[in-house]
Amino acid sequence: MGLVSGTVEEAVAEAFRESWAQIVATLIGSTGDWDLAEECAQDAFTAAVEAWTLRGVPERPGAWLTSVARNRVTDVLRRRSLGAEKFKEVALAERDKDVVVTEPIDLDEVAMSGVHDDRLRLIFTCCHPALPLDAQVALTLRALVGLSTAEIARAFLVPERTMAQRLVRAKRKIHNAGIPYRIPPRRLLGQRVEAVLGVIYLLFNEGYSASSGADVVRRGLTGEALRLVSLLTTLMPEDCEVAGLQALMLMHDARSAARLDETGDLVPLEEQDRTRWDMGKIAEAVDILKGAMQKARPGPYQIQAAIVACHAAAGDVSHTDWSQIAALYQRLNDLTPSPVVELNRAVAVAMAYGPTAGLAIVDSLVESRSLASYHLLHAVRADLLDRLQRFDEAAGCYREAFNLANTDSERRFLARRLMEIAERGTHSSSS
Amino acid sequence: MRYMLMICDDESDSRGPHELVRDPAHVAWIDYLDRRGITLLDGVRLRPSADATKVQSRNGQTLISDGPFVETKEQIGGFALVECAHLDDAIEVAARHPFAAHGVVEVRPVWD
Repeated sequence: MGLVSGTVEEAVAEAFRESWAQIVATLIGSTGDWDLAEECAQDAFTAAVEAWTLRGVPERPGAWLTSVARNRVTDVLRRRSLGAEKFKEVALAERDKDVVVTEPIDLDEVAMSGVHDDRLRLIFTCCHPALPLDAQVALTLRALVGLSTAEIARAFLVPERTMAQRLVRAKRKIHNAGIPYRIPPRRLLGQRVEAVLGVIYLLFNEGYSASSGADVVRRGLTGEALRLVSLLTTLMPEDCEVAGLQALMLMHDARSAARLDETGDLVPLEEQDRTRWDMGKIAEAVDILKGAMQKARPGPYQIQAAIVACHAAAGDVSHTDWSQIAALYQRLNDLTPSPVVELNRAVAVAMAYGPTAGLAIVDSLVESRSLASYHLLHAVRADLLDRLQRFDEAAGCYREAFNLANTDSERRFLARRLMEIAERGTHSSSS
Repeated sequence: MRYMLMICDDESDSRGPHELVRDPAHVAWIDYLDRRGITLLDGVRLRPSADATKVQSRNGQTLISDGPFVETKEQIGGFALVECAHLDDAIEVAARHPFAAHGVVEVRPVWD
């Protein structure tokens, strides 16, 4: 029966992706107990493997799992019910006692908005700004994605004990500080959605920056981030920035095959083999972005997606609309001022209007000293000086960048540039 | 839940409680609490940190020195104890406190 067990495993895995967050969200909603919710959701999936192998996969796996998890909550609370403080929860759980495994409740009958609200409540609570960012990320992966503590620890390259502590502290703070389990009211929503999107984008970038040899859980973070944002677009279809982030991540993802060479080294945009970009995914992203931008509520994610779309629309670097990209970076800097954005604007300005114009922006950044230890500031400055044939200064900047670079791959790239420039310098002085 | 709002600033505002309660910005804050149905259980204005005394007991000895707890720029200038449904309400109340505009308000749940 190897085939059957394979099918059951697949069915359980699919149900996990589909229903984990919903089940956890519902159980937290009725008990207020995060650990209990996760434990009982986990138990339901464990039970499913055996039950579905014996009796086949039920018609509505999500409903089956939900009722098993609810019954499990009832059992656990009944056992705990000697403690008087849990009395209320027991009463609540007893109310759902008529829900039995053999007669699963029909989840389709539950108002869709109610189901949506459950998961949204969970997202907003996990990403509450009163929690430290690393805890927001960890909670999101645990409660919404269903990764185990060990997997989250592996994804963030910290010991499992550290991650376990982080999760315990976060859940304790939710309880002790009175962080509400709710969707924020409209007046707070904009700001709070921003926090949620920030966590999702961070997850994506963690996965995206992982090399091809990195742990599979770590690389899988991009997929999880895409899944979370797509869930958010279903739950909040009117929010332009949610759509903007989805478009942005899809476009990055579409280029992932061309981003690293065979040795795992970073390939800069201008040298990427554009035939390896997933044009279908890019088209999908552009559609999403257009839909969002029609609503004329621009935001940082939409603008960043528009920048990547400009790159994707061009056949190569020379056909790229750099003045448009420079203008978009200017708008981005107006909305969310940051020296890193300004550095990117400098690159676009140099491409559109020549290296001197770009260097002026970079030099004012150097003067402000805000990015002094950021290797890319020096790498960009080196590149512009190189194009202005100021080779000695360029070499000095590349050396500075090399000393500040974080990864071997970046150091190899910078060393290569340094060698090329040394050659150019020799040629120009001998000619 | 009860939340203690610790109102901190760099002590650039040297007004005492009697002046502060007449400040339109403070009156507006109290009005906001009323409108939201949030109870201000208690509140005090503290004298500046220059008037503080630091006390420690070590090995049966009482050590007394002048000054506040730590040498930071922000000093606690007052407290407000509020009753709120949850942290989000307490955050909104804190954000509207006049001192939040130039100082920091730390929101701490009371250990009940």
